[in-house]
Amino acid sequence: MEVHLRVQRFHPQVDAEPHWQEYRVEVPEHATVLDALLAARDEQDETLTLRCSCRSHICGSCVMKVNGTSCLGCKTKVSHARKRLAAGEPIRVAPAGNLPVVKDLAVDLEVFFGKVKAIEPYLQPDGPPPEREYLVPNEAMLTVREAMACILCGCCVSECNSLEVEPRFLGPAALAKAWRFTEDPRDAADRHRLEFVSAPGGIWDCTHCFACVEVCPKDVKPMERILELRRRAMEAGFTDNNGARHSQAFADTIAESGWLDETRVLSRSLRGLPELLEWAPVGMRALLRGKMPLRHRRLSGAKQIRAIFAAAQRRSGEPPREHAPGR
Amino acid sequence: MKVAYYPGCVAKGGAPELYRSVKLILEPLGIEPTELFDAACTGAGVLTERNPLLADALNARTFAMAERRDMPVLTICSTCTGTMLACNARLQDEGNRARVNELLAPERYTYNGTTVIKHLLWMLVEDVGLERVAQLVKRPLRGLRAAPFYGCYLIRPSSLVGDEHPDRDLYLERLISTLGAEPVKYEGARKCCGFPVITMNRAAGLRMTGRNIQDAKEHGADLMVTPCPLCHLNLDGQQAEASQALGTPLGVPILHLPQLIALAFGHSPAEVGLGHHVVPAQGPLGRLLQAAAAGAS
Repeated sequence: MEVHLRVQRFHPQVDAEPHWQEYRVEVPEHATVLDALLAARDEQDETLTLRCSCRSHICGSCVMKVNGTSCLGCKTKVSHARKRLAAGEPIRVAPAGNLPVVKDLAVDLEVFFGKVKAIEPYLQPDGPPPEREYLVPNEAMLTVREAMACILCGCCVSECNSLEVEPRFLGPAALAKAWRFTEDPRDAADRHRLEFVSAPGGIWDCTHCFACVEVCPKDVKPMERILELRRRAMEAGFTDNNGARHSQAFADTIAESGWLDETRVLSRSLRGLPELLEWAPVGMRALLRGKMPLRHRRLSGAKQIRAIFAAAQRRSGEPPREHAPGR
Repeated sequence: MKVAYYPGCVAKGGAPELYRSVKLILEPLGIEPTELFDAACTGAGVLTERNPLLADALNARTFAMAERRDMPVLTICSTCTGTMLACNARLQDEGNRARVNELLAPERYTYNGTTVIKHLLWMLVEDVGLERVAQLVKRPLRGLRAAPFYGCYLIRPSSLVGDEHPDRDLYLERLISTLGAEPVKYEGARKCCGFPVITMNRAAGLRMTGRNIQDAKEHGADLMVTPCPLCHLNLDGQQAEASQALGTPLGVPILHLPQLIALAFGHSPAEVGLGHHVVPAQGPLGRLLQAAAAGAS
C-alpha cells in the first residue's frame, strides 16, 4: 500500500527553522511507521536522519511523535496511525518533544540520561554483602518489576506537560526509576532518594496529566509511581514544601467539613507571607466577582464522612490527626 | 432520565456560574437530577495519592447513594469524573470492595459496584443524543469560533475513560458543532491547564495556562470552552498572571461547557452568570452573539 508521510526536517547547523517534507512510499499492509520512514530514507532520501536499532520495541531508540503523539515508531502500525486521518491526509511525523533536535528525528538524550543518573539508578544496599545472592520475597518484586520494564525510550518525557514549561523537572522516566529503587527491598538509600526527589524539580512538579501513562510503550505508568513517591516522601517526613502542605490541608478540610474549602487549602499550602501576597490579586478578583464564598458550611453528612475518614486512616495505618472543630 | 447529580466542590464554591447554568439546561435535555447534597469531595486525586483506601471509601459512599436510587452519577467536572472512575475501577475488585464496605458499614452504606459515572458531556453524546441537543438550539452560535479544552481526566487514562467509548476525546468538538459554533483545532485542547501544580510551582502552572490560551488564540478562537471548573479557575481566574508570565496579551473569555449550551438554548449572557468571570466575557459574548444573529438573518 502507498503511505503518505509528512516529516519534520531540521538541521540546526544549516536551517533557520524546521520545515515539513512529504514522502510517498510503498510498504506492506502490516508496516510500522518506522518501516515507512526507513523505506523513505533507503529509497528516496538518504539525508533523512532517524535513530533505530531493534525494530521490535526493545531498544527504545525510535521515539518520535506520530500525528502529535509520542510513541515508538516501531510499535506504531501505519494502519493505526491512519485511523483518524481524513482521506488524503498524510501521517505527520515529528521528533520527540522536550528534547533538543540533533537532526530531523534524532534528538539529544544527554539531559534525559543526566536526570536518570541524578536519581542514582543503582542498588545501594546496607551492611556487608551476603555470601551468596540477595534473597527477596517474590511478592516484593511484583510491582517493582512493572517499573523495571522501562526501556528508557523517552516517550514519557517527550509527552510530559510539566517539562514543556519546567526544564528543571526530573521528569517521568527518572522519577519512575527512583520509585523502582525506593520499592526494592535490597536498597537502603530510600531516605536519601526521597529527600532528593522532594526538592524543587522533583515529585511535586508533576502536573498529574496522565500523558506519560498514556504513551508509555511498556506500561510503566510513570505518573502513578510519582504519586506513590509523594506518599512515601510525606511518610518519611519530607513535608516542608507546598506539595505536602497542600496535601495535608486538602485532607484536613474534607475531614472537617466533608468538602473542599478552596480558600483555606490555598492559604495553608503556601509558604509564608510573600507567597500569600503573590496570590492576593487573584483572591481580590475572585472576591469582587462573587467567586469566593465568605463562609464554608459543613455538609450535613460531615460527621459521617469524618467517621469513615478516621476508620480508613486507622485501617491503613495513617496516623490520625486532631481536627480543629471547623468554622 | 433520572440521575444522581454530583456538582462537585468548585461549582458550589468558586464557580457559582457553573452551578447556575447547569440548572438552566438539565430539564430541557430531559435529565431529572436528584442532587447528592450530602456527598463528600472526591479528593480530586490528592486524597488518592495520600491514601487510596480513604479515597475509595469516601467515593464508595457517594456511589452507594446513587446505587440505592438506581441512578447513574452525573458529574460536571473532569477532575471529579477522573477521580471517581479510578476509585470505581478499584472497587470492581471484590476484595477491595469488601475492605471498603467494612468501613462504610457503621454508617449503613454498602456499595455493590454497579454505579455508572458520567460527565455531562458524555451523557449528552451517549444518552441524550446530539440530535436532541440540536433540536433544543434556539440560537445557533454561528460564526463563533470556540476552542475546546477538555481537562486531562475526561480523556486520560484511556484505559479508564475510553475502553468502551474510544471517541470520547472528540465529543467536545462534536458538541460545539451541534451548537452551531465552529470548533477550533489546536494542540492545547488536550493538554494540562496547569492547575494541579499551581500551588507547588506557580510559574510553571501559569506558563502551562498561558501557552494553551495563546495556542487557542493564535488558531483564531473567540473563546475557550471547558467541561472542567478546575481548568476554569486557572484559564479564567489567573489569565492575567498567565499573560504576564508569557509576556503577551491574552484576553480570551473562558466558558464552562454548560454556559455555552445554555447560550445556544437561548439564555442571555447574564442568565448564565458571565458577570462572575474574571476575564470579561459578558460584553464580548453579547457582541459575538449579536454578530452571529445578524449573520444568520
